[in-house]
Amino acid sequence: MTAMIEITGLAKAFTLHNQGGAVIPVMAGGALEVHPGECVGLVGASGAGKSTLMRMVWGNYLAQAGSIRVGTLDVARAQPREIMALRRGTLGYVSQFLRVVPRVPTRDVVAEPLRALGVAEGVAQARVAELLAALNIPERLWGLSPTTFSGGEQQRVNIARGFAHPYPVLLLDEPTASLDPANRAVVLGLIEAAKARGAAILGIFHDEGARMRVCDRTVDVRAFAPPATAPAPA
Amino acid sequence: MTAHPAPADDAPLLSVRGLTRRYGARVGCEGVAFDLWPGEVLGIVGESGSGKSTLLSCLAGHMAPDAGQVVFDGRDTVTMAEPERRRLARTDWAFVHQNPRDGLRMGVSAGGNVGERLMAIGARHYGAIRAQAVDWMGRVEIAADRVDDRPARFSGGMQQRLQIARNLVTGPRLVFMDEPTGGLDVSVQARLLDLLRGLVREMGLSAVIVTHDLAVVRLLADRLMVMKDGRVVEQGLTDQVLDDPQHAYTQLLVSSVLQA
Repeated sequence: MTAMIEITGLAKAFTLHNQGGAVIPVMAGGALEVHPGECVGLVGASGAGKSTLMRMVWGNYLAQAGSIRVGTLDVARAQPREIMALRRGTLGYVSQFLRVVPRVPTRDVVAEPLRALGVAEGVAQARVAELLAALNIPERLWGLSPTTFSGGEQQRVNIARGFAHPYPVLLLDEPTASLDPANRAVVLGLIEAAKARGAAILGIFHDEGARMRVCDRTVDVRAFAPPATAPAPA
Repeated sequence: MTAHPAPADDAPLLSVRGLTRRYGARVGCEGVAFDLWPGEVLGIVGESGSGKSTLLSCLAGHMAPDAGQVVFDGRDTVTMAEPERRRLARTDWAFVHQNPRDGLRMGVSAGGNVGERLMAIGARHYGAIRAQAVDWMGRVEIAADRVDDRPARFSGGMQQRLQIARNLVTGPRLVFMDEPTGGLDVSVQARLLDLLRGLVREMGLSAVIVTHDLAVVRLLADRLMVMKDGRVVEQGLTDQVLDDPQHAYTQLLVSSVLQA
């Protein structure tokens, strides 16, 4: 079966123009594949480039060289509007932090990816309610902005939003990081269900038990360290 | 009015090439080029004097550029006749000023402010105009019982929402915004941001937003253009430009923001 994510020859360096033009190479020769129904975990020490690689797949970090095919699009060479379309329908991302317009109710935050796809409001709200209930967000909070929630609650809202639409490709950055055991189990269940429907998932899991349970294999990003490198930025 | 076919899905709504405006020897903006597709929001950031307001004025036809093209839906608005450009400004375009007083008529009732745009495109039935004005005031969260009040009696946030209603009531395809949240309290800004996002999505609007506020563009703009000394120094996806800025000036801009 064709891979949904196929990365080859990926290289990345940061040039800090306001710090003497320092060039910090962080990756060279990055390569991996993720197939439908598969979850691949990125491993390697903190600062080795796991998040950097994931951000290059999402498209908010630019690649210096190589290709990053997601579905049929090479993100490394794509126009912004092609990446926008990819993010609407194909590529989902659960980041570590929730970034939202303040004062927008939680149910609207979670429904937003569905509205962007033109999903009918009733269908969207039913999906939102199902996810928020499964993630143990009390219904009395659904009408409130998540900006006032605890870290764990915000993370669960973020997960609900990331799983609202059945994206064929998912990026997960520490999805279980600040969760209690019950909610961690719910999230691992969501990941397994996404795999079962055929999603290709690339994730970072510091939680080893979670990694063992959902990842089919791991890729150590230290294999992509550039020659003679200084330590990479966090 | 000639009929114009709707642009194909892969055709930009607005296509700008080589746009240049000088003030004597000084550069306002120079060599600006970009495409904007239907439903896209483009943010333009840069410090005061970077040329972003000059650029917006040239795009919206408020100022004649010295050189370049601004092609809207297949027509170059720089070379078109003034009446045609004015008609565009009344129908397909909207302009939201930073100061609502520049975009509202302060001596006319709130409902009149909204209805006036409708009358400018030929609406004549008083009841229908008033009903549509009230409907739009509701959409921007202004109570219907304020329809006969003058905007001078409104708060700054309400005035800005009224200006948005006045602009969007005619169903434009392209909205220009100059620091739309600029003069507002932070809590009022958030409400306005949410409102604008919803309207952009529901109406499939394209928008060009000039601001110096990076938090505003992160939440509102799909794509971002960074200007310095009248030139575009960097452009791309908004989160890419903010998270992995390539140009020295953008890196300085991003690293200068206070983390709240």
